Amino acid sequence: MTQIVDKFLAMFGAIALFAVVVALIVGIAWLVGRLRSRSSDRLQGVVYVAPVVLMLAAGLVYPALLTIRQAFGGPTGDVGFSLTNFANIFTSPELLRPLINTAVWVIAVPVLATVVGLAYAVLVDRSRFEAFAKALIFLPMAISMVGASIIWKFVYEYRPAGAAQTGLFNAIITTFGGDPVDFMQSRPWNTFWLIVVMVWIQAGFAMTVLSAAIKAIPDEVVEAAKIDGSTGWRLFRSITLPSIRGSVVVVLTTVGIATLKVFDVVRTMTGGQFDTSVLALEFYNYSFRYFEYGTGAAIAVLLFILVLPIVIYNVIQTRRDA
Amino acid sequence: MARTAAGNAARAISSPWASVVAVLLAVAWTTPTLGLLITSFRTQEDIQTTGWWTAFTNPWFTMRNYQEALFGGSTSLIDYFINSIVITIPAVIIPLLLAALASYAIAWTKFPGRDWLFVGIFALQIVPLQVALIPLQQVYNVLELTPFWRVWLSHSIFALPLAVFLLHNFMKDLPADLMEAARVDGAGHNQIFFRIILPLMKPALASFGIFQFLWVWNDLLVALIFAPSRQYAPLTVRVAEMSGTLGGQWYLLSAGAFISMIVPVIVFLSLQKYFVRGLLAGGLKG
Repeated sequence: MTQIVDKFLAMFGAIALFAVVVALIVGIAWLVGRLRSRSSDRLQGVVYVAPVVLMLAAGLVYPALLTIRQAFGGPTGDVGFSLTNFANIFTSPELLRPLINTAVWVIAVPVLATVVGLAYAVLVDRSRFEAFAKALIFLPMAISMVGASIIWKFVYEYRPAGAAQTGLFNAIITTFGGDPVDFMQSRPWNTFWLIVVMVWIQAGFAMTVLSAAIKAIPDEVVEAAKIDGSTGWRLFRSITLPSIRGSVVVVLTTVGIATLKVFDVVRTMTGGQFDTSVLALEFYNYSFRYFEYGTGAAIAVLLFILVLPIVIYNVIQTRRDA
Repeated sequence: MARTAAGNAARAISSPWASVVAVLLAVAWTTPTLGLLITSFRTQEDIQTTGWWTAFTNPWFTMRNYQEALFGGSTSLIDYFINSIVITIPAVIIPLLLAALASYAIAWTKFPGRDWLFVGIFALQIVPLQVALIPLQQVYNVLELTPFWRVWLSHSIFALPLAVFLLHNFMKDLPADLMEAARVDGAGHNQIFFRIILPLMKPALASFGIFQFLWVWNDLLVALIFAPSRQYAPLTVRVAEMSGTLGGQWYLLSAGAFISMIVPVIVFLSLQKYFVRGLLAGGLKG
């Protein structure tokens, strides 16, 4: 009980301390404002921005630079310049498999999530139960990936043949006379079964963004196309799809970047065993379990390098549309 | 009525089929959660011997799993539940207010280089968390911070780029006349920010606040690195751990999963509108 009280005291203490910091910022801004000089307006702006700039510089930019530095050192993060760590990633079998898996994830998850999200957005558009139907698909977004993984672990639950199957998939398979499948251990398909979980989580995001884009298409455009005789599938291909292309790109990139860095699902469902590991999980393993900081740093840098082309493509696309 | 391109497309794929597909998708998306939810209320013996769907014909439910998961000595999720709350609240408030101040300065004061600064902060969104974690850990070690502080600070820092981006986009659309009129009346930036801007920004603050709340509550990576011990770890860490060590004990695992989900689901259901708005305004995160 006292422990609980202590924790809440720590929390309120932190909030109080933060209030003091804000008071300090506001106080300094006030003092600067009193100067009534020409530059006081500018100075006040600087005072307001300073905490964010300091936090980002000390907590994100500087650590990122250090990590990049470490990535080019030895495997344990010692100084010197070498490409050993990167060479390791591409040559050691323990890291090559996660690398390939990550590539599969980054292609499959965004595409599948977008297809499902778009199909669903189209199918429930302006139906009577639209809000409710969307909430069903969207709900997985609100829960943690750990929670989602446990939900799906139960769907994939495996019991040896003959025993009563309590996992939904194996129950269906055995009902139709098939042999139960140990989904998590059947390589290479186990990676696909893990991808299903991520698609399940991300489809709601895709649906929400694409649905908003579809609703933003002006009625006149649709009317004009219908007068010209386009209906159904053709209307969808020639009007809807081109109109929402920008949003599709945003969804693909956002989901792709999220997927690149995901490790919760794999860690919770298989722990990365049975050839299912991905780069983000290996980053965690190397940095915080094997204490090979250099290798960990190199994986982190590789994740960053892989994000870049996706982002650059996105920026170019957005500019072209603008 | 249904005049959108999508509505037309759906009808042309012929409405009965469109409805069937929509219902099938909705069922496929909901069944896994429903299955585990039903499981969490079944007895340990039932869970081990029969599938959750048999509960429809032979309903027998209990709260025992929740009681044991929350208060039982081996799991005691109540402790982790409190850790989750203690971690989440400051990790939402701190970046929200700091980002609001910074976005105000970038949008409505005239310090030199503010456009570049904004672009720079925006660009930091693409830096993966992973790139900052190891050195951050070393810095925290030197400062000898408690695990709670490590998590609060990390979440705050990682949230800032997106927060500044979203709040700034909202802030710059506020009418300039309002600011000018207040200036003419002799109001300083402090007064304008707290009396005029903050109240006007409620929707944007709510939207990002919910986003950040869900993100921090559901986070595993940051907590695993900075607060892995029982005294400080949030629910996600403990539930993930249970999935490894108590693999087959579905009576505890299912209840544990739903205990960790209940708060974000309530937040999501009650504030769905803001959450969706945040998503639609949102760019890249993390």
